[in-house]
Amino acid sequence: MKAGLARGAPLRSAAGAVRHRPSPPTTPISARHPVRCSSSISQRQGASHLSFPGAVKSAFTSSLKFALAAESPSLPTYRVVDQDGKIVDQSFKADLSDEEIIKLYKNMLLISIMDVIMFDAQRQGRLSFYMVSAGEEALSIGSASVLEKEDVVFCQYREQGVFKQRGFELSDFMNQLFANKKDPGKGRNMPVHYGSKELNIHTISSPLATQIPHASGAAYALKMQRINDPSLPPRVVVVYFGEGAASEGDFHAALNIAATRSCPVIFICRNNGYAISTPTLEQYRGDGIASRGIGYGIDTIRVDGNDIWAVREATKKAREMALQDGGKPILIEAMSYRVSHHSTSDDSFAYRARVEVEDWKRRDNPISRLRKYMEAKGLWDEGKEKEARDNTRRDVLKAFSEAEKEKKPPIRAMFEDIWEELTPDLKAQMKQLREHLDKYPDEYDLGDFEGGKNSLDP
Amino acid sequence: MRWLAPAVSERRQYSTHPPNARLNLPIDYSATPLLSHSSQTALATADLPAEVKNGTTKRMNLFQAINDALSTALTEDEDVIIFGEDVSFGGVFRCTMKLAEQFGGDRVFNTPLTEQGIMGFAIGAAAEGMRPVAEIQFADYVYPAFDQLVNEAAKYRYRDGSCGRSVGGLTVRMPCGGVGHGALYHSQSPEALFTHIPGLRVVMPRSPLQAKGLLLAAIRSNDPVIFMEPKILYRAAVEQVPTAAYTLPLSKAEILKEGKDVTVISYGQPLYTCDSAIQSVEKDLGISVELIDLRTLYPWDKETVFKSVQKTGRVLVVHEAMVNAGIGAEVAAAIQEDPETFIRLEAPVQRVAGFSIHTPLLFEKFNVPDVARVYDSIKKVLDY
Repeated sequence: MKAGLARGAPLRSAAGAVRHRPSPPTTPISARHPVRCSSSISQRQGASHLSFPGAVKSAFTSSLKFALAAESPSLPTYRVVDQDGKIVDQSFKADLSDEEIIKLYKNMLLISIMDVIMFDAQRQGRLSFYMVSAGEEALSIGSASVLEKEDVVFCQYREQGVFKQRGFELSDFMNQLFANKKDPGKGRNMPVHYGSKELNIHTISSPLATQIPHASGAAYALKMQRINDPSLPPRVVVVYFGEGAASEGDFHAALNIAATRSCPVIFICRNNGYAISTPTLEQYRGDGIASRGIGYGIDTIRVDGNDIWAVREATKKAREMALQDGGKPILIEAMSYRVSHHSTSDDSFAYRARVEVEDWKRRDNPISRLRKYMEAKGLWDEGKEKEARDNTRRDVLKAFSEAEKEKKPPIRAMFEDIWEELTPDLKAQMKQLREHLDKYPDEYDLGDFEGGKNSLDP
Repeated sequence: MRWLAPAVSERRQYSTHPPNARLNLPIDYSATPLLSHSSQTALATADLPAEVKNGTTKRMNLFQAINDALSTALTEDEDVIIFGEDVSFGGVFRCTMKLAEQFGGDRVFNTPLTEQGIMGFAIGAAAEGMRPVAEIQFADYVYPAFDQLVNEAAKYRYRDGSCGRSVGGLTVRMPCGGVGHGALYHSQSPEALFTHIPGLRVVMPRSPLQAKGLLLAAIRSNDPVIFMEPKILYRAAVEQVPTAAYTLPLSKAEILKEGKDVTVISYGQPLYTCDSAIQSVEKDLGISVELIDLRTLYPWDKETVFKSVQKTGRVLVVHEAMVNAGIGAEVAAAIQEDPETFIRLEAPVQRVAGFSIHTPLLFEKFNVPDVARVYDSIKKVLDY
């Protein structure tokens, strides 16, 4: 119905259609986009195919044959090192110094140690919620390690490695987790909803997949800004999401619009096998998430997400490709396994066998893979491992106790940032709350909040 | 982000109360008169059919009562199907526990993670004669399904006209409301967004007994029903629930406590807050307050409300969701619009509700109406 009406002028933008906008002064944007005009449909003499506007390269066939989903081959999974840390891609040459490799490893270690400590802290009631990323450290740290600082990142919620790799300090994690007055989220968000303007990572939002179309739009913004000002550095947007989130409409909209507008965006799907309790078999029936990229006309690769080298190589190449030809989207499906529970509120043994998890841990682990690689190169040994673990643990606990001691943000923060400025209504509500707190002082504990009730003064 | 239930009631960081608090004390669900602590009170519940009143009861919390209603619906009608995210293993709040095992994976199943898909799928199934009960994991995540609910479910019967099809078999369940640490995306109470839409019935039960009867009524109803479950009550609210199948009437409010000086209108969890405030204010001032549970928020029971306000002349509406354009706005407007009721008003209608902000993690206790705020409002409406 909608399509039929749209043939003339789209119903929803009927008014917009008659509006004329001046052309941009620089190169016409259309030159940078492949243009397909419906008026070019023509059957050439002896042509093997008709250029249907919706499938321009489709050849005619006289055999009645459906493309059978089950018969199409699975996309291969790219890897550089095997489970034992041995190089299997002979063309691979590490592009990092020994020190840089150790730094990556230490970042992975830090995330995994912080995760264990914070998970336990939640269990003890020291903070309200936590999510670990065990098993996905290579994926987040590896991919982030080949991005530029100016690139823009959108995360889902299990990408603490991305934050760390881009420069988030332990104190940054802890201030957010304890929602203290140094938390840029001003105590409004649940734990693990980090964000950083300085590191170009947008603040995490709980609803799934909403960030994926944001990434397409942000990438278009970067592309337009560079067209308008060629002195800007070339930038891409990177967006992370799980295979569960890829079932949301927003995922499909994001890929499709990024493809049609040729946006320099890298979609990184963390396929870890579970969306809370739902295994991939109940989430989709195709060849993973990667096969969908091809469906949307997006260049795609599947990588072993437990292999930090493979993730790095793939993301490096993806960034290069995303900036070619005026920009284009790339999809990376990184395979891993959610070793952890979904969150501190979940007990995953209610829906999967303990032995399944133990098997995975034993069979493959991104951290021990890099460790084996480093040990084979003579960069690492048991002594260094112990020292690094002890130091990291100490650093995490120090940041933990410092952040826990800080005061909470002022109560006023609950009314601010709804709009750019406080409305008369909100000012009245602030006054109402202030008067109420004055009237019933014994009913409220305000001691932790910076400035107490005085922060509510106009 | 989605998380599971145990954290809700077992580990609450921000529920401690100040040492000298007299009003803002934690709700004692084991003593509240709003729950039936004995079989006799349960079976004496208003609107229960006679044969149910002669039956037995069982102690249940809210998620168990929901589970009981769903199990009953699956048993009595083969057209009932139940689905949503993580429903198979019992749901993140345990409402669908054992149903997949008992009734089979064809009738109780996981869907992929897509709220718009779940809703569209449910509408299609209902349009072809099934009675789908779709679960949205959190009310905070219903928005991708908004188009399907507003443009499809609500308008199906209207546009089909004398062709006669509707999606009346549809019931949509979703947990809602604050638990103390849910912040922006695990605390919302978006009922007012749905009560703006003719064609949808919007229900929010206050207790296990109510939930069982209202949910069965919703499933049997030939109108699409949005059934919102206050998630803080899943484990906290425990009472005796009749074991037989029964329905409670939709679009009918209930007077929980009669009074003559002030009417307090609410629904869902804040009813417990209101009850605590009323107990204090009655003791302190020697007055009597009437407490009304709307139960169905749209189309709502104006008659019961008007009658009460005509008697007391003073009224407040209490809800957790934002005050702006909320249920309180609609109820207050209807009260002043009705000439018989308007003329009896002794004071402006008060609203005690969330401020016009999003739910902030640390400041939830200042935002959700608490006992002190309701208490103060009752005094204000009396002092006018």
